[in-house]
Amino acid sequence: MTEFLRLLTSVLTITLQAGTSLTYATLGEIYTERSGILNLGLEGMMLMGAVTAFATTYYTDLPWLGVLVAIIVGAAMAAIHAFLSVTMRANQVVSGLSITLFGGGLASFLGQRLGPEAHSGRLAGLVAERFRPILIPFLSEVPVLGALFRQDILTYLMYLLIPLAWYYMYKTRNGLNLRAVGEAPRTADAMGIDVIKTRYLYTIFGGMLTGLGGAHLSLAYAPGWTENITGGRGWIVIALVIFSMWNPARAILGAILFGGINAVQFRLQTAGARIPASYLNMLPYLLTIVVLVVMTWWESLSHLVGAPAALGQAYMREDK
Amino acid sequence: MNDNPPPVLEMRNIVKRFPGVLANDHVNLKLHPGEVLALLGENGAGKSTLMNVLVGLYRPEEGEVYARGEQVDIGSPNDAAALGIGMVHQNFKLVPTMTVAENVILGMNGLPFRPNMDEIVECIREIARHYNMPVDPKAYIWQLSVGEQQRVEILKLIYRGAEILILDEPTAVLTPQEARDLNRVLQVMIDEGKSAIFITHKMDEVMAFSDRVCVLQHGRVVATKYTAETNPQELATLMVGREVLFRLDKAPSQPGDPMLEMRDVHAKNNKGLPALQGISFTIRRGEVLGIAGVAGNGQRELAEVVTGLRPVTQGHIQIEGQERTNRQPLDFIKAGVSHIPADRIGMGAVGNMPVSDNISMKGYRQSPMAEKGILRPRQMLRFAREMIKRFEIATPTPATRIKFLSGGNIQKAILAREIDACKGLLVAVYPSRGLDVGATEAVRRRILEQREQGRAVLLISEDLDELFSVADRIAVLYEGRVMGVVPAEEASIDQLGLMMAGSPAEEIDVPTARVMEEV
Repeated sequence: MTEFLRLLTSVLTITLQAGTSLTYATLGEIYTERSGILNLGLEGMMLMGAVTAFATTYYTDLPWLGVLVAIIVGAAMAAIHAFLSVTMRANQVVSGLSITLFGGGLASFLGQRLGPEAHSGRLAGLVAERFRPILIPFLSEVPVLGALFRQDILTYLMYLLIPLAWYYMYKTRNGLNLRAVGEAPRTADAMGIDVIKTRYLYTIFGGMLTGLGGAHLSLAYAPGWTENITGGRGWIVIALVIFSMWNPARAILGAILFGGINAVQFRLQTAGARIPASYLNMLPYLLTIVVLVVMTWWESLSHLVGAPAALGQAYMREDK
Repeated sequence: MNDNPPPVLEMRNIVKRFPGVLANDHVNLKLHPGEVLALLGENGAGKSTLMNVLVGLYRPEEGEVYARGEQVDIGSPNDAAALGIGMVHQNFKLVPTMTVAENVILGMNGLPFRPNMDEIVECIREIARHYNMPVDPKAYIWQLSVGEQQRVEILKLIYRGAEILILDEPTAVLTPQEARDLNRVLQVMIDEGKSAIFITHKMDEVMAFSDRVCVLQHGRVVATKYTAETNPQELATLMVGREVLFRLDKAPSQPGDPMLEMRDVHAKNNKGLPALQGISFTIRRGEVLGIAGVAGNGQRELAEVVTGLRPVTQGHIQIEGQERTNRQPLDFIKAGVSHIPADRIGMGAVGNMPVSDNISMKGYRQSPMAEKGILRPRQMLRFAREMIKRFEIATPTPATRIKFLSGGNIQKAILAREIDACKGLLVAVYPSRGLDVGATEAVRRRILEQREQGRAVLLISEDLDELFSVADRIAVLYEGRVMGVVPAEEASIDQLGLMMAGSPAEEIDVPTARVMEEV
């Protein structure tokens, strides 16, 4: 029995670790999409966040500085997307995809150049300062739920961020204005809300959180830099946003579900399960497809669930 | 005019342009305290544009706005709100997935970071009670009827302390009962010292509710009158704007067999609201029936029903005695119906395809342009060249993409295609809209030509000149009903104007009864 509880505790611990980067990026994308902007650049932004955070930390031994740089890089890339889709009114899908391709390529390039010369410029294989789990006294000893209190500082920060993000979205004036911009930009404009400013603001804010999510990967979850460290997490986040029905409070559910699958798969592999690893690795992505099907079906049944009505649509006031 | 007390609002020389359109042409307007000003004009006369300038949604190119005697710069809806100007837009500005209370406070300045919703809900209830406008502040907008949504819009204005109310066609979406309620509420607000501008094209509302009326036509103010000193007849003439008519020479019509018969046809518009409510008429071969009416009274739906593009919910459509109700568009085409749609580039042509393909887009189903389903490009090109010559379409080459032609030449290409394919009925919707004099003349001549050749024509137009000169009979459409059918030679613009404003022919001295019975 105690053996089982220990196993459960460890699975839950890994689940939360794996879910943290997903949750940050999901929260960010929820805010971006609520303003009516679809950002498919997440994958590239997370990769860039991961590589810049790691490189900064490697040279300065200051992981917090790494986090800050990742946030700035995420914001800068999101700003490009905002400029293209809000000001230039370009196709948001194309713009987002370019950012992913651009970010992925650049991150890979930086990973081969930013490292020390002694290491022929490569970052891969280096060890740097990182965020280690902080065990909260007593609480971390509790079976199963103790897993919540054996995490690194960025995960604890996520615990705080989720209720704040929910509160801001649903209880404040700014949150109301944000939701109106994504649902009905024309109405929002007529009510005196600056649609352009709102969209820029939340697209960049989303980019900051996404960069932070990338930093968590290279500074805590899988410390170090490896090619394609995100493993498609940026794409899973797109599905998680749908799964959470654009509600920040539900962002954690998706993260736990997908993080959990990661953890279980990890456990099964270390336990020497007979299933080939490739199949286990596929699980999160298969689940993504299932989630999309189920949510789309649910959306057609329920009235309140649904994407922001103006998601992906450019806005111009004097468009007749 | 007596300027004491000074106007609460004044617009001077407002000019607003859109690409290719002069929407407001040096407009002057005054609103006095406690006054209801009606802004009257046809669709596209520039009424809504002018009001959007007033609430800061559009920036005018020229002109000044004065509020309570002081020049103001209204750059955004917030500026307008600060001046106490609030507008109920024709398309409501509400977020359907939010509650009434959330919509009321949306975008308001001066709210705390976390608004106290309980307090706001209570305050809205209080206002609703005071004005006797029952609305549940916690209901979601999507749950409300159109009438209720409008109440929310008005509540919104009151909550924000608007002193100058602008209402864009407020009764257009309301039942008569709801319209009466609205006017009662407005009266209370006026009695409390607020002022209002309402946009309308309904003469009876102008007469019943306004103190003054300002008539707009093609972006210009053509008259400003005290309501008490004018009458619907005069307003109709001012609004439509033409008294002198010119008529084309045309041979008397020789109606043959019935081509199109509509019996009690009902249909809904895109929003699911009734658009046609019992349309009955007959068009015979060799005859042009004109449809007059202010845009938005069912013209679009009528054209779509007659060409098979919109389902009929009740009633029958017969073409040459054959039942065609709710058949596919291809069945209508095969039955000999041709269609010149109002939306030239959207529905009438494929903008990115060459002129030649656009012209042969109807004949391509049969030989010689196709054999056994395989297109024969050379035949198509030959046909196109012939049509380009016959219809005098000015195009660099037949291979030019049609969207690069002028409106008149696009229309000629569509005419060429549709007229060549026309075997029985030609449905032409606003065929000369936006065309220059020459192209207009050509289009009208072609339509008359069809009549001479024994085809029936349904001509939907907003241009009364066109109807008088081309049509044999004119039917007036109002709110999806035919107000009456008048022989073109005997009709007068005043009579048509009144019918367009909703007076049935029987109530006017119009020589219609005879004709209507015949129909």
